[in-house]
Amino acid sequence: MSAPLASLLPLAQGDDFIQERTGTGCVQENGFFCAEWAFDNFDRYVTPLVEHLVLVSASVVAGLAIALGLAVMSHRRRWLVPPLTGLTGVLYTIPSLAFFIVLLPITGFGRTTAIIALTAYTLQIIYRNIVAGLDNVPAASKDAGRGMGMTDRQLLWRVELPLALPEIIAGLRIATVSTVAIATLAVFAGAGGLGDPLYADLTFRTNVLLAGGLAILMAIAFDALLVVAGRVASPWRKVRPV
Amino acid sequence: MSLALVSLGFLDAFTGAIDFIFNQRESTVAGDEVGGLAQIGDLTVDHLEVSAIALAGSLIVAMPIGVWLGHHGRGELLAVAIGNAGRAVPELALIAFMVAFVGVGLVNVSIALLILGIPPILTNSFVAIRQVDRDAVEAARGMGMSEPEIVARVELPLAVPTLMSGVRTAAIAIVATATIAPLAGVVTLGDLIINRNVYGDDGVLAGGILVAVLALAIELTLAGIQRLLTPRGLRLERAPARA
Repeated sequence: MSAPLASLLPLAQGDDFIQERTGTGCVQENGFFCAEWAFDNFDRYVTPLVEHLVLVSASVVAGLAIALGLAVMSHRRRWLVPPLTGLTGVLYTIPSLAFFIVLLPITGFGRTTAIIALTAYTLQIIYRNIVAGLDNVPAASKDAGRGMGMTDRQLLWRVELPLALPEIIAGLRIATVSTVAIATLAVFAGAGGLGDPLYADLTFRTNVLLAGGLAILMAIAFDALLVVAGRVASPWRKVRPV
Repeated sequence: MSLALVSLGFLDAFTGAIDFIFNQRESTVAGDEVGGLAQIGDLTVDHLEVSAIALAGSLIVAMPIGVWLGHHGRGELLAVAIGNAGRAVPELALIAFMVAFVGVGLVNVSIALLILGIPPILTNSFVAIRQVDRDAVEAARGMGMSEPEIVARVELPLAVPTLMSGVRTAAIAIVATATIAPLAGVVTLGDLIINRNVYGDDGVLAGGILVAVLALAIELTLAGIQRLLTPRGLRLERAPARA
């Protein structure tokens, strides 16, 4: 009945990834963590790692761009805030895996589908934090800007957004760390990532620890990077996580 | 011409999925019948069952700790750190960890999902109690309320919006991750997605649609419960941000 989908859903990819579990005794007995195997086979995780990195980066950057646009748009039109919060809330609530599947007939199997769904997921977190950040800018700072003869646009880009930076960074940290975790499901959209080796062999302990560990390390690295970026970008103020 | 074909194809897929939900059909592998409202109903109940067990578990574990820490103003670093760390747990890796190290089945999957629900509930219940106006607490103390009374009758009602936003975040994470529970031997709506060879493409798409609808329905239900629990005076205030 729906032939178009048939070619789009080859979920059993990566079949030959680990299943030939031969070699050292540790691997055969499925030991806690076979360091030797991990060392010898680490190159198998490089491509998934890079794919994961690209998925997360692209989704968060796109999410930031869209959320920033929405926040700037609703900044001077307050009535837009509740409907936009509601809309991004719906996108946040739809489980990413379900989102991938529903997008498949429209955008096909691959990276685009995963990035669309992950971007949609990040919008609510980033949007809310930008709005909250803009709301928290002290009136005195805005008055000072106006007193210097700034237009609305200058005020927004030179005073309000820089002063909102701590909240924006806090939102980006939450969005990025969550996206690194959820992107493990992108394998169901055929977009690879660290979910690919995970899904290829869920029972092989070394594989699970290695792929899962890499995802957690990536989340920590992104988080640290954003903290540093926030400090560098706002030397006048320390970053406070929300 | 080609544009028409493309749009027709994608509508076809959705028509097939809707048909799968409402009408039973022969499985793509020989034998069983799949699809139809009866099977969808069973899978939905299974999905809700494991999710409810996990959510109840994380509430029982995390809420008393969060409320206790918040009431005594202790362990802020711990509460916030657990919340942050919880976000970094990859869903697929968590289920894989259970499969590889602990075991499969309802109990193990419930524990995995429960772990996912703890961070948002712990952090939000801590923050929710902590942000209650200290003057209100002092006033209650002055009226002669005991500490448990203060928690139950002053702090908890005032904490409902933030606390419930933690419960909603946890519920969404649990329901979403229950979708991959079939990988660990617990059948849920996710079975339609994961076992494509049994349900076919229409089943996969139906699974995606049903999981999305279920998550939205649960979010709406919890929003309604939050409204009922929120003291009238607080309802006019702005909803707090999610943690």
